[in-house]
Amino acid sequence: MDQLFVVLKSSVVQLAGRWLPEGALPFVSMGLTIAAIAAAAPVIMMYLTWLERKIIARMQNRLGPNRVGLYGLAQPLADGLKMLIKEDIVPEGADRLVHSLAPVVAVVPALLVFAVLPFGRNMIAADLNVGLLYFLAVSSISSYAIFMGGWASRNKFSLLGAMRGVAQIISYEVPSVLSVVVVIMVAGTLSMGGIVEAQASRWFVFTPWGFVAALIFFLSGVAEVNRTPFDMPEAESEIVAGFHTEYSGMKFALWYMAEFLEAFAISAFTVTLFLGGWQGPAIPLWWVLFGSVCLVATARTIPSVLRVLGVVACVGSGVVAYLANEAVPSWAWFLAKTYGLVFVLVWFRGTLPRLRVDQLMGLAWKFFLPLTLINIASAALWVAMPGPSGGVLAGALLILSGWWLIRLNNPAPLQPRTYLFVE
Amino acid sequence: MIGIGVLKGLWVTLREFLGTYPAGRWLLTRLGASTGQGLFTIEYPEVKQQHAERHRVFPFLVYDASPDNLRCVACKICEQECPPQCIHIVGPAKDEQGRPLKAHGRTFPVKFDIDVSICMSCRICVDVCPFDAIEMDNAHELSGFDRFAEMVYTKEQLLKSNEYFQQIKPTEASVVDQRLAAKAAKTAMPPQPAASP
Ligand code: SF4
Ligand code: SF4
Repeated sequence: MDQLFVVLKSSVVQLAGRWLPEGALPFVSMGLTIAAIAAAAPVIMMYLTWLERKIIARMQNRLGPNRVGLYGLAQPLADGLKMLIKEDIVPEGADRLVHSLAPVVAVVPALLVFAVLPFGRNMIAADLNVGLLYFLAVSSISSYAIFMGGWASRNKFSLLGAMRGVAQIISYEVPSVLSVVVVIMVAGTLSMGGIVEAQASRWFVFTPWGFVAALIFFLSGVAEVNRTPFDMPEAESEIVAGFHTEYSGMKFALWYMAEFLEAFAISAFTVTLFLGGWQGPAIPLWWVLFGSVCLVATARTIPSVLRVLGVVACVGSGVVAYLANEAVPSWAWFLAKTYGLVFVLVWFRGTLPRLRVDQLMGLAWKFFLPLTLINIASAALWVAMPGPSGGVLAGALLILSGWWLIRLNNPAPLQPRTYLFVE
Repeated sequence: MIGIGVLKGLWVTLREFLGTYPAGRWLLTRLGASTGQGLFTIEYPEVKQQHAERHRVFPFLVYDASPDNLRCVACKICEQECPPQCIHIVGPAKDEQGRPLKAHGRTFPVKFDIDVSICMSCRICVDVCPFDAIEMDNAHELSGFDRFAEMVYTKEQLLKSNEYFQQIKPTEASVVDQRLAAKAAKTAMPPQPAASP
């Protein structure tokens, strides 16, 4: 089970080997990986929109999409169809070439970062020895796309949104990069696979420096992909839709695809860098399958035929898993953790109002940046003094400096105003 | 402490999220937390909302006993008072000599059209009618495909019985019935000489 996809791929390659010359096989293997990622990405994006709408709806005591298909599961398809047949408007006076190029430039890096993502044991498209650096470099291309789109639209709202976007992405790039430095220090490698291996005994998030770095990396990531509460570039109440005000139809869908893929990538990289990646405790697979039996059996919306079929399938595979003594596969762990973080992203969106521009910048420069620098020192302590004393010192350093930074950033609380001439 | 407000907010949304699932409600009660407000959604075409009695959408003409015994006398007050001018009345019905025709002792309109797409549900026609001949209906699924053939309701479509009125708005209908009964008693009795003060 664990190596399901790896085995699948190698058998397809072997099958292809019967007809193709030996030299072509690496290309077949590469092509398969690329095809898998390229096919999975739109599906991931479509169902992220569904997931987001469902979760947000539940937080607002609504049902969310429930008309198209079971649980509204076909809603993303319907939306995609709608986007496809919508008119594509390019504003007069826009720079046509750049205007149509921008969404593509946004999507491509969002897809490219998946190349270094370890989805499971041995499931990494390209385990570059500079994988982390590659991720940091490629993911920041999106600021170009945002500025291209905003500038080429010849619209003041687009331009304002784009400028905000670029300022924000560049600001949050700094703490985000500095926060992963500690991972490199401790793991001693830039390869994503190596970083996951280094967390075999303890996930980095369970160390003081790892916890702080994970928090900063994740929050800066949220800011970099322009999601609430950091969605200043798309603040509806001020600048319509920000940099994608002038986009419609499929180009608009591409913007959204880039945004959702980046959100997914941020969650996935937080999982890889700090939450142990595809590692997880060896829970027997049949526990999970038993849980899904209960879920399917009690779901009232599903027609009873499907319910019976689902229960039978789950029980059957559960028995097989029990006999084969299977644990939960590594890719399932990875996906579960990633979707957990995606839930957190949506949870933020359902809860927090948008920050002001100055608060946003202040958070990056006045709080995250110093904290990441201190965090590096704390990780250095941890590495230099193995054992409990180093851990205690590192933790104490972080707590103290965090408290100090909060104090520094909030000088005096505002007193309630007293009105002299008004009763 | 800074950040406590954010955590509280996150807890509120998480609670509302969990509270919409049976398993989540079970968990929340186990934790001793409030289970949130639960789902509000009414899945419209399958489930219909129970409207309050005062809910009003579009007027209809009341008749007693049979449809030709409608209360409207074609006085056209409602036509004049309707703010968006969506009532169109032709009548009262007359014979060849120009004398008003009567049914059940009353004049009656030849045509009585109301345009659904213009009516703004203000109930002014009901308030001004001296004969309680027009009342507000609460049927609200009034969409149609044809602007004039389907959206302009004719007299025949507008006529609904007093029993229907009593059924949809019992309180208001009984008030109207009492008022009409009092009026009828007054006209039936010989006029009393006014008592001098
Ligand atoms: S509905 Fe009432 S106000 Fe309108 S024409 Fe008839 S009697 Fe007159
Ligand atoms: S409810 Fe108002 S708008 Fe509608 S017909 Fe009566 S007076 Fe006119």
